[in-house]
Amino acid sequence: MTTFAPGTFKPSPGRGSLPRMLFVHARTEATLTLRNGEQILLTVIIPLALLVALSLMSVIPMPEPRVGSATARIFALAIISSAFTGQAIALGFDRRYGVLKRLSASALPRWLLVAGRVCGALVVVALQIALLAVTALFLGWRFPLSGLPWVVLLIVLGTLTFGALGVLLGGSLRADIVLALANIIWFVLLMVGGVALSVPVGFVHLLPSAALAQALETSVVHGTAPGVGPVAVLVAWGVVAGALATRTTKLT
Amino acid sequence: MTQLRAGRPDRLGCVLVSPNPQPAVEVSGLVKRYGSKTAVDGLDLVQQPGTVLALLGPNGAGKTTTVEICEGFRTADAGSVRVLGLPAGTEALRPRIGVMPQGGGGYPGIRAEEMLNLVAACAAHPLDPKWLIEVLGLGGAVRTPYKRLSGGQQQRLSLACALIGRPELVFLDEPTAGMDPQARRLVWDLVGALKEDGVSVLLTTHLMDEAESLADDVVIIDEGRVVAHGSPAELTANRPDDQQLRFRARPGLDTTLLSAALPERLKVREVTRGAYVVEGLIDPQVVSTVTSWCAQQGVLAEELTVAKRSLEDVFLELTGRELRS
Repeated sequence: MTTFAPGTFKPSPGRGSLPRMLFVHARTEATLTLRNGEQILLTVIIPLALLVALSLMSVIPMPEPRVGSATARIFALAIISSAFTGQAIALGFDRRYGVLKRLSASALPRWLLVAGRVCGALVVVALQIALLAVTALFLGWRFPLSGLPWVVLLIVLGTLTFGALGVLLGGSLRADIVLALANIIWFVLLMVGGVALSVPVGFVHLLPSAALAQALETSVVHGTAPGVGPVAVLVAWGVVAGALATRTTKLT
Repeated sequence: MTQLRAGRPDRLGCVLVSPNPQPAVEVSGLVKRYGSKTAVDGLDLVQQPGTVLALLGPNGAGKTTTVEICEGFRTADAGSVRVLGLPAGTEALRPRIGVMPQGGGGYPGIRAEEMLNLVAACAAHPLDPKWLIEVLGLGGAVRTPYKRLSGGQQQRLSLACALIGRPELVFLDEPTAGMDPQARRLVWDLVGALKEDGVSVLLTTHLMDEAESLADDVVIIDEGRVVAHGSPAELTANRPDDQQLRFRARPGLDTTLLSAALPERLKVREVTRGAYVVEGLIDPQVVSTVTSWCAQQGVLAEELTVAKRSLEDVFLELTGRELRS
């Protein structure tokens, strides 16, 4: 028989400090993503390989300087990979393993459950972009520093929009269906969604992937503010996806 | 006997919890429907603070639905549910209650210690996670991802998450499901320690021995209604003549002669093939009558025992013996 010193479990309830909860939750989310081999393949290895390939080989027609255009497009791909596909798959499996329910039962406020995931995703995206940017600089990319604030803004906006779409997909369907769909959509967006190359068909520009790639290209290559059109497309997708996701997301 | 002490002592400035005059849980007229199926059908229960209450019932009786409404995961269709004096689902309740959902919960890739640290960060005065990990026998699995833990290990981690925040009230939904006998013992000891320290515990189970040895009060529910309520002693020995003589013999014996030979208030039944039971006040004369009847039948009465009704008998009597789909 195991006995416990009297008073060991004497009630002393209370909620932890909000900044600490947010920090620990975001750190947990980021750590788990970075520890997951499949996520690293999707979010780091593939974008890195494509960046090198697009910069050095002229298989796909791209405006010169190739490396600048390639960097902008691969930044967009990296954001889609981690904020959309990675987030959707992770959420699908987190729900299957009951973690949302587990955390909802703790003193963690609901808004913090979302905020922690967003911060975790932003940390991962920041690391991806840093790694890709350094590689691009080695490949000869010259970044007009005037574009830096715009690039940062677009990265955050892209992460939020694709994150909302990822939650919309991963929050309601069964984990294995999420896994299949999230990967298929990623591939379709890469090939014909205006990421790998700009497609001249009108409706493609209304996709969030094309909008993000186009907006990033403006700021990364020319160092100027992105056009209003692509930003509006991104915001619209983000708002609609976020609003839908709050209705459809289930804990399990 | 091992003595365990929390690694982190009570800190100064921790919230003092005054003895609470309100019931820990107060449910009245609770109704919950899923489509056309009524899962909970006018359920009432009251749990006094500092006590252990077991919700006992067959699968599908409405135990988990009731507990999840108390925890705030589901909303009631009718009736009132108050937890620690507040309406169930109130945000302010969450730090005060500890929840062990059925089947646990964790990130598939998280390690036990990381999961517990995360939940500990949500509490103002948590227990020491390292200590709790050791107490629950998870020390050897701290680096194993959650999805590779065994069912019993996942359950133990879930229990740790329920206790880490030093709650006033703990909900344990089938806490020992999937656990080996050693772990089950440990959970029972933990529940005992919680009660000693003034924590209220509401648990669900379909294990009679668990309810019998842990609970101050047992509420037996079936098809969403309370069918019996009382302490294990009250439920099993509400009548002085409520005893049983059980024995095993050849199946299909004609018991009419035995019934005739016994005093009228005693009942004889073959409960399952070859298992006979005589119910009523069992005295030495009754035992003698039974054994001589067996001798006349040319059979040997095996495993002959006299006992009071077990909680299992009460349970089966109330909820029926046939298997539920």
